[in-house]
Amino acid sequence: MNQPTYYELYKLLCTHNNLKIFFIFVFHLFLMKILVCISCVPDTTSKINFKENDTVFDDQGVQFVINPNDEFGLTRAIWFKEKVGAFVDVLHVGQASADPTLRKALAIGADKAIRIDTPALDAFVVADQISNYLQANPYDLIIAGRESIDYNGSMVPGLVAAKCDIAFVNTCVQLEIDGSTATATREMDGGMEVLSVDLPLIIGSQKGLVEENDLRIPNMRGIMQARQKPLEVVTAVESLAKSAIQNFEKPAPKAAVKLIPADDIDQLIDLLQNEAKVL
Amino acid sequence: MSILLFAESQQGKLKKGSTELSSYGFALAKQQNTTFTIVTINCEDADQLANYGASKLINLKMETKHFEAHAYATALAEIATKEDAKIILIGSSADAKYMGGILAGKLQAGYVTNVVGLPTSNDPLTVKRSVFSNKAFANTTLAGAINIIGLSNNVHEEISQDSSTTVEQQDVQTTAKCTQASLEQSEGKATIADADVVVSGGRGLKGPENWGLIEDLADVLGAATACSKPVSDMGWRPHSEHVGQTGKPVATNLYIAVGISGAIQHLAGVNASKIKVVINTDPEAPFFKAADYGIVGDAFEVLPKLTEKLKARA
Ligand SMILES: Cc1cc2nc3c(=O)[nH]c(=O)nc-3n(C[C@H](O)[C@H](O)[C@H](O)COP(=O)(O)OP(=O)(O)OC[C@H]3O[C@@H](n4cnc5c(N)ncnc54)[C@H](O)[C@@H]3O)c2cc1C
Ligand SMILES: Nc1ncnc2c1ncn2[C@@H]1O[C@H](COP(=O)(O)O)[C@@H](O)[C@H]1O
Repeated sequence: MNQPTYYELYKLLCTHNNLKIFFIFVFHLFLMKILVCISCVPDTTSKINFKENDTVFDDQGVQFVINPNDEFGLTRAIWFKEKVGAFVDVLHVGQASADPTLRKALAIGADKAIRIDTPALDAFVVADQISNYLQANPYDLIIAGRESIDYNGSMVPGLVAAKCDIAFVNTCVQLEIDGSTATATREMDGGMEVLSVDLPLIIGSQKGLVEENDLRIPNMRGIMQARQKPLEVVTAVESLAKSAIQNFEKPAPKAAVKLIPADDIDQLIDLLQNEAKVL
Repeated sequence: MSILLFAESQQGKLKKGSTELSSYGFALAKQQNTTFTIVTINCEDADQLANYGASKLINLKMETKHFEAHAYATALAEIATKEDAKIILIGSSADAKYMGGILAGKLQAGYVTNVVGLPTSNDPLTVKRSVFSNKAFANTTLAGAINIIGLSNNVHEEISQDSSTTVEQQDVQTTAKCTQASLEQSEGKATIADADVVVSGGRGLKGPENWGLIEDLADVLGAATACSKPVSDMGWRPHSEHVGQTGKPVATNLYIAVGISGAIQHLAGVNASKIKVVINTDPEAPFFKAADYGIVGDAFEVLPKLTEKLKARA
């Protein structure tokens, strides 16, 4: 049997109700605190349509989920919690419609959810809110996604890093923490880079940080527990958007595919060369 | 008012996208009735950009030899202020997207990524960007005193200009926040981010032992190799080759999909490619609806023939 982890010890001690408060206090002193920033996005199979003269995304019949890049990060955070001990909070900037998604994050293992109650008008507003929250509530590790798969901004974590003047590692595919330093592997175009960096740190997480089958599906017990866990709604600070979407457009419809018989490869090469001009 | 463009380099050499970005920079400067300045960092062949219409080319010499996002962002923020830049242009590489947010935060600048063309209006500055993984575009206005435009790959024509660009060197001191412990870079191989052609394989290839077929075709085309999500999940190929909505985006000239069904999440990530070719045994595979050219056929027969013929042609 391995040595019990801090987390197991913590859980064991916490079963003693009268000691609980005391131990939570003690463990808060030396367990890592992780904040996972979550954006709620349309499920990947959603039909993308717009309404009100193409100015607003039509969410009719759309199911919202935790942004996949954030889910990889959250799963790694829960891994830290279970293997070495950590407190894992999730944070969303947005409106009450996101609460079920936050409950899902609690059901798969986060300890507390925070929702900063304001429309997420753009990345600048979101980053202002997150940065402001971090000033009053410091964390050792902040996990965001490389990008949200709806608006594909890839902006929030970098903005937060600059505002809070902390280190940022984007497209992070491996993360180890030892005391107050992190070793993070960053995927770049055509390679990987291992970076050593001091905490506090914000990462942009993506697939690879955990494996696909490490992702968790909430079970009954988790869902029940999530109901008891805190979901704090925090008042937003004032902040101004720096960008605004005027309207949306759909790409022009595509011409039908040109089919080429499997035994006429020459024709394909000819078309690619002389018609499409890509060879 | 001026425009500042950051042209990336790697190991001292300009990256491929820098000429497209510079061509866009020239067109933008003309549209905005102003001049533009190109900035490079630790670049040895920056003078190659001297005939793209910039009025000035500044090469910053920095102690950190490799890319470090915080140091680069600090240096660019400084030079942008010094040059009184109102628009900063950057690309869409992993490094650019890494650094862009930090730069915007430092300058309190407006910022948009995945921009697909020149601004459609100047007051307020309005650009079209791709959203929902290429399933839509959003016309977006920017309200920063300074604004950063992140240009998508492969959206602007490359045009060189006769120009009298002056070239300067400047030393900068900046502090990095991350220390590079090791670097693993595939030398001389095309990457998904900047290859003109990407050859991608799906579950239809049956197993990792058959990837030679994909690699051989990629080799004759000087292409990068990619794969669908299940292929990387099963460990047939590394995660870094996974393309699609939750993997790498592909915006290349020619995307060849072999044994890939064309699920909505896959198409979302590759649709920005100019020409798409599909090879699949199933004529009902959804990829045929998204492709420009298609062969209904068995990859194991079609690929060797295609590779052979392309080799003979070369
Ligand atoms: C949240 C979420 C995110 C996702 N993100 C992505 C993503 O980013 N990228 C991605 O790729 N997928 C993604 N997926 C998965 C996606 O839904 C599909 O499951 C996946 O793309 C299918 O991969 P495939 O085409 O390789 O396999 P399959 O769908 O199994 O298709 C194999 C194809 O090969 C053909 N075939 C079989 N034998 C041959 C042969 N001998 N010669 C030629 N063709 C042959 C078959 O006709 C079939 O069309 C995501 C799914 C979810 C739920
Ligand atoms: N409204 C939001 N609330 C909390 N976190 C967010 C929100 N929007 C974006 N993020 C975080 O920032 C990351 C990048 O988002 P984006 O810049 O929108 O592509 C996401 O993966 C989230 O981790």
